[in-house]
Amino acid sequence: MIKQNLELKATSFTLSVLYINNSNLDSVANELDKKLAQAPQFFIGAPLVLNLSALNECNVDLVALKSLLVERQLIIVGVTEASANLATQAKELGLAVMKSGKQAKAPTIVPRTTKIVKQNVRSGQQIYAKESDLIVFGAVGNGAEVIADGSIHVYGALRGKAMAGAAGDNNSVIIASSLEAELVSIAGQYWTADSLQQHCHAQRGCVRLEGETLTVELLPQ
Amino acid sequence: MAQIIVVTSGKGGVGKTTSSAAIATGLALKGKKTVVIDFDIGLRNLDLIMGCERRVVYDFVNVINGEANLNQAMIKDKRCENLFILPASQTRDKDALTKEGVGKVLDDLAKDFDYIVCDSPAGIEQGAMMALYFADIAIVTTNPEVSSVRDSDRILGMLQSRSRRAEQNLEPIKEYLLLTRYSPNRVKTGEMLSVEDVKEILAIQLLGVIPESQAVLKASNSGVPVIIDQESDAGLAYSDTVARLLGEDVPLRFVTEEKKGFLKRIFGS
Repeated sequence: MIKQNLELKATSFTLSVLYINNSNLDSVANELDKKLAQAPQFFIGAPLVLNLSALNECNVDLVALKSLLVERQLIIVGVTEASANLATQAKELGLAVMKSGKQAKAPTIVPRTTKIVKQNVRSGQQIYAKESDLIVFGAVGNGAEVIADGSIHVYGALRGKAMAGAAGDNNSVIIASSLEAELVSIAGQYWTADSLQQHCHAQRGCVRLEGETLTVELLPQ
Repeated sequence: MAQIIVVTSGKGGVGKTTSSAAIATGLALKGKKTVVIDFDIGLRNLDLIMGCERRVVYDFVNVINGEANLNQAMIKDKRCENLFILPASQTRDKDALTKEGVGKVLDDLAKDFDYIVCDSPAGIEQGAMMALYFADIAIVTTNPEVSSVRDSDRILGMLQSRSRRAEQNLEPIKEYLLLTRYSPNRVKTGEMLSVEDVKEILAIQLLGVIPESQAVLKASNSGVPVIIDQESDAGLAYSDTVARLLGEDVPLRFVTEEKKGFLKRIFGS
């Protein structure tokens, strides 16, 4: 086996964030010295992220701020909540511009449309309804895959795989005239054919998420 | 303009070549000028089933490459006035079939013939794709068992997405189901899928049901298309199939269990 020289893995770390609330660096230095004196061992070599949200309006000298912190043996990893101007300065200093979890963009809600397929979906075919519901007038064969960011409706037998809520929508459902699927999945929670068969035998039904688990609701024939 | 028929299945060994030979012969017997082409380059069999293997000089690939013309390569059937065979090459592989080359040969044939029957190789690779690409009609040959049905479903998907008619947004290929090696007795015992099961899964029009028959092997080995053997149930079933293909309304035969006579019940068959 070939050993790889590089491997990229995502890992999250807990970092201390230092909020700089004053653009006057002298007072910042004073306060910092007091803090460090309380627990010097704790802070030496500690990686820190600077939160600059309070400084976005004023002109702070990031170079001076950085050297002030480095002198005190603190390691600055990056900055967060910086204005565009400060972010540019930070980049020039070789600091990472980081987004905090809270700040990460909330998923934008796109109005959902509908994709309609007016024939059988055959084995080996794959249909993806991006940002929309999917309606199939026909059967979905064994070995076929229907995927939608919204809900999936099959007016025929569902024998292949169906994945609704592919972008994470917990409210999406899968409805089929005959649930015989190889796999059903909603927002990543899935059942294989065996699990599905414990709940439903080729009946008309609706698969949906209840909390974290899938359930199937039989519909009148 | 000729109608181009592809006899296809995805799965191997289901009876594509037997069906191609029988249907082409049947069409010719009905007075339609017909040519049957073997697309199974490298594994040619159609010439054996048609009983003309000793007369092959040039083949389909020679014609595509311009090494021979159509009249040199086509073999006139000995039994049927209107039937011609274009054999495959045994020494090449499927990559010898190019879209342009196949298209040109089919265009040339279309001027003179009523029907062009393309005997597809198994699989979904180049050879099978070329056989179905230009088709107007597809006869999907299926055995009544799950793997064959699934492969047929796959091929139906290909017909709907990878054919010329699909790519050019023309009227879709007319798809027919031909169920072969059907054994009503085994359906009754639950060992085999029934006609209804297969129709329900594939959801295409049924063209014919060919019963499992000793006559098929006998016909193949002697190089006579089974449709010529009008004593056999398989031969009769193929005749019915061809009649339906030509628009006649013929009821299905050989789909229910044969009633055994009193003596047969005692002595076995």
